[in-house]
Amino acid sequence: MQFALPDHGYNAGMADYPDHALEVGSPAPDFQLKATPDQWVGLEDFRGKTLIMAFYPADWSPVCTDQMSLYNEILPMFHEYGAEIVGISVDSAWCHAAFARHRNLHFPLLADFEPKGEVAKRYGAYEYKEGVARRALFVLDGEGVIRWSYVSPLGVNPGAEGILAALEQMQEQPVGASL
Amino acid sequence: MTVLMTPPRLTVPIGERDHVVGPETAPVAIVEYGDYECPFCGAAYPVVKALQKELGDNLRFAYRHFPLSQIHPHSFQAAEAAEAAGAQNRFWQMHDMLFEHQTRLGTQDLLVYASSVGAELEPFAEDLAEHRHAPRVREDFLSGVRSGVNGTPTFFVNGARHDGGYDLDSLLGVVQPYL
Repeated sequence: MQFALPDHGYNAGMADYPDHALEVGSPAPDFQLKATPDQWVGLEDFRGKTLIMAFYPADWSPVCTDQMSLYNEILPMFHEYGAEIVGISVDSAWCHAAFARHRNLHFPLLADFEPKGEVAKRYGAYEYKEGVARRALFVLDGEGVIRWSYVSPLGVNPGAEGILAALEQMQEQPVGASL
Repeated sequence: MTVLMTPPRLTVPIGERDHVVGPETAPVAIVEYGDYECPFCGAAYPVVKALQKELGDNLRFAYRHFPLSQIHPHSFQAAEAAEAAGAQNRFWQMHDMLFEHQTRLGTQDLLVYASSVGAELEPFAEDLAEHRHAPRVREDFLSGVRSGVNGTPTFFVNGARHDGGYDLDSLLGVVQPYL
């Protein structure tokens, strides 16, 4: 006997979402996600500030090459540019809490947990087959417009040099200047 | 605004400020960004030694600091200790000591290593207490971030980031075309 694949396969509902990462100049979709088991964070909370959104597949990747640990080390550099950073994955708020404590992380990790990956999908940053967020980076200006984005292959740490270059350019072309 | 992502290259070439072994005319120049408390760097340490032995005068090797201090609490001070020993012309002796004793990098341990490599203890201890070499360590770190160092160890072979393995065969394979 053969089993037929259900017609709502991996890509169910995919058509409702962008199929690639939102581009420069797009308004960033709003979100409300848990930053801790009892605290919600949304795009509005960062209004007026530069925001780095770092989507990543999962907590607990190997330590010394871990993307979030790298951002943690260079947090002061981001702050010098007046930028805040959030990490976003489909892990739950409790998982994030344990991961952040273990790695001594000093910036929020947001749980794109329910509905799973909804925010990543809206940003075109979801890997349907794996069921995780892609390694997608977005830099938003204070008005919530995407000023830079980059997607790295799943297994490759995109590092920070692209973000820093973007922050530098944004200082030269402040909010309101034509893109 | 568009930021082009070019393959990461070393932004600060080997210069006078660097700790270097090997002749300037060597066809292969390798820069390692490392962390004395990182187990992967510890694993790469004997490989670099073997590579140096294998390539002899064909290799110029430089080491720069990339302490992930939020996950490796002793790594920053260990890097400062290497520099403090370096101020007394004992950088490489101390470098070896640190990698050979990765699990014991407390302040007392550093003093013992300093004395065993023949450094004068008083100026060494003062350098550590006053953090005289901290700016230098941060400078290394910063140059790493801007060059696409995402974790440790990261090797640059003739200016290009090496993204493959760091066992002896992989590294020999990468340098082969330059010999």
